[in-house]
Amino acid sequence: MVENPLTKNIDMTRPPLVLADYVSNDGYQSLHKIAGGMEPEAVLEMVKDSGLKGRGGAGFPTGLKWSFVPRGEDSPRQKYLVVNADEMEPGTFKDRLLMEGDPHLLLEGMLIAAFAIGASKAYIFLRGEYTQSFMTLSKAINEARDKGYLGRNILNMGFDLDIILHTSAGRYICGEETALLNALEGKRANPRAKPPFPQVSGLWGKPTIVNNVETICNLPGILTYGVEWYHKLTKGKDHGTKLFGVSGKVKNPGCWEMPLGLTIRELLEDRAGGMQDGLGLRAFLPGGGSTDFMLPEHLDLPLDYEDIGKAGSRLATGTMIVLDDQTCPVGMVGNLMTFFSHESCGFCTPCRDGLPWVDAIFRDLESGKGKESDLEVLREHVDYMGPGRTFCALAPGATAPLGSGLKYFEEDFKEHIAKQRCPYRH
Amino acid sequence: MEDILIASSSQQPRQLSAEEIAEIEHEKTLYPDNKAVGLEALKIVQKHQGWVSDESLLAIARYLDLSVADLEGVATFFNLVYRQPVGKNVILFCNSVSCWIMGCEGVRSHINKTLGVDFGQTTEDNEFTFIPVPCLGDCDRAPVMMVGEDLHRNLTNDKVDTIVASYRAEHQE
Ligand SMILES: Cc1cc2nc3c(=O)[nH]c(=O)nc-3n(C[C@H](O)[C@H](O)[C@H](O)COP(=O)(O)O)c2cc1C
Ligand code: SF4
Ligand code: FES
Repeated sequence: MVENPLTKNIDMTRPPLVLADYVSNDGYQSLHKIAGGMEPEAVLEMVKDSGLKGRGGAGFPTGLKWSFVPRGEDSPRQKYLVVNADEMEPGTFKDRLLMEGDPHLLLEGMLIAAFAIGASKAYIFLRGEYTQSFMTLSKAINEARDKGYLGRNILNMGFDLDIILHTSAGRYICGEETALLNALEGKRANPRAKPPFPQVSGLWGKPTIVNNVETICNLPGILTYGVEWYHKLTKGKDHGTKLFGVSGKVKNPGCWEMPLGLTIRELLEDRAGGMQDGLGLRAFLPGGGSTDFMLPEHLDLPLDYEDIGKAGSRLATGTMIVLDDQTCPVGMVGNLMTFFSHESCGFCTPCRDGLPWVDAIFRDLESGKGKESDLEVLREHVDYMGPGRTFCALAPGATAPLGSGLKYFEEDFKEHIAKQRCPYRH
Repeated sequence: MEDILIASSSQQPRQLSAEEIAEIEHEKTLYPDNKAVGLEALKIVQKHQGWVSDESLLAIARYLDLSVADLEGVATFFNLVYRQPVGKNVILFCNSVSCWIMGCEGVRSHINKTLGVDFGQTTEDNEFTFIPVPCLGDCDRAPVMMVGEDLHRNLTNDKVDTIVASYRAEHQE
């Protein structure tokens, strides 16, 4: 039984599998299965039954999202599939691995998704800096086209699909799905108001599904080996495997495929080898830069959407950033604030004005100009920029490390102010 | 922002090269309208010219029949569209959180000292432009930077020296 469907073909010491080798390891089986007489509804049902949740950050059930796409005779003829390959969340390095390690897996998944929602055109919205991913994907797309897996009337089933590889010109906000659609249309990448949701009116006003790279890469396994197999993968409540990463001062930083539901300790200690010698674990962000800090006391929690949520954070991208006990927590949060402040799209006031203010306070704290009142101002901003107060989730994302940082590292903040310098700097 | 004002109509558009036009025409087949091609055309011109001058921007707007102001708005929004000349090699230096934890600030000061440039600046010999970039998605091998299209990982000061020297040597051939 295949236990690592996302990475079974990945070996970064050699180039990714070419199409023929990919095919001989069960590749594109799902397409043949569909061609053998599956209706789009049946594919949708399988994905719903699988329990797959989006791996882009929000964890929204994929089948449910697809089911909002209008279908039937009087629905718009043109529908689009868009793959979100804009990976830019600080500390996140999982989609790159999939695209550079096994590009055909993404293409096969895209065929499944496009077939299910009735899209004949799909865009991969790829981060411009991912030049290596661009090369592996371009090559794989050409191979698939030559083989007849892309193009018109694929495997004689009356299904067409073109995949267009679009490279972005760099802004974190482009990863937000409605901003992404604006960017693809050649506009400034401000997010759009919802509703209407992209599933109904997305790219050029047509029904559009935006899914993360890793989400799409889950599909070939589900279709090929079945829902029952998929349900056996997990060690917890959520289904499937997931890529988990660890960066920071651990012995063996990296990215691994693991079943959902294993404990954080298994990731941090067994895979990442624990902390570097002489360093202790202070805290960690479990799923990229816009998640709340968690503490060593949380190490035995399972890596599941719900359990991490209950601990006040989010599983999000599953790529953990580790803070050791000799790195300044205030500096770490400040670094994140600089990022968010720079990447704010400027559309709404709390975020456009709030983030630079917060960032400026962190610079003051670093340079020994912190004031007693600063902490209160920072706390207020956690509220001003929180969920529901802004036009999109960028600013609330920033408040996650900020709010939890203020809570867990209060003493460090106070020490910066009392000593008028960063106590971690020697 | 003084020197990146909206391309003024007093400026003359540059003549787009046959190559640029061919590539823009190809992009037209991939998108349903010219607006979407605008951003692609900016990237194409940058690939050939190194950056997007006012004259180039005007040329694209004319060629695709787009509003100059809209195209300017797009061009200034994106980090990777350069509206000022850059050196032969652009160094995209990750200064996001994992690289910060792994000591990228030290490497940054080293580059600062040895090349004499900080973020946003180009070396006197026009060889390198030094620009910060958010997380490059290689955080397990931090610190990380790109030079041109190439990624360099696990940076140390020594490693940076070797990398810089290799790009310099390449251009002397
Ligand atoms: C500021 C911001 C940046 C985001 N960046 C990304 C990204 O780089 N990649 C991604 O897949 N999702 C990103 N998302 C989430 C997307 O909006 C969207 O939820 C996701 O692509 C949906 O895919 P999924 O359902 O497969 O997870 C971002 C969201 C926000 C608010
Ligand atoms: S929250 Fe920030 S990024 Fe999102 S729309 Fe408002 S200004 Fe733009
Ligand atoms: S933080 Fe530098 S590569 Fe991710």
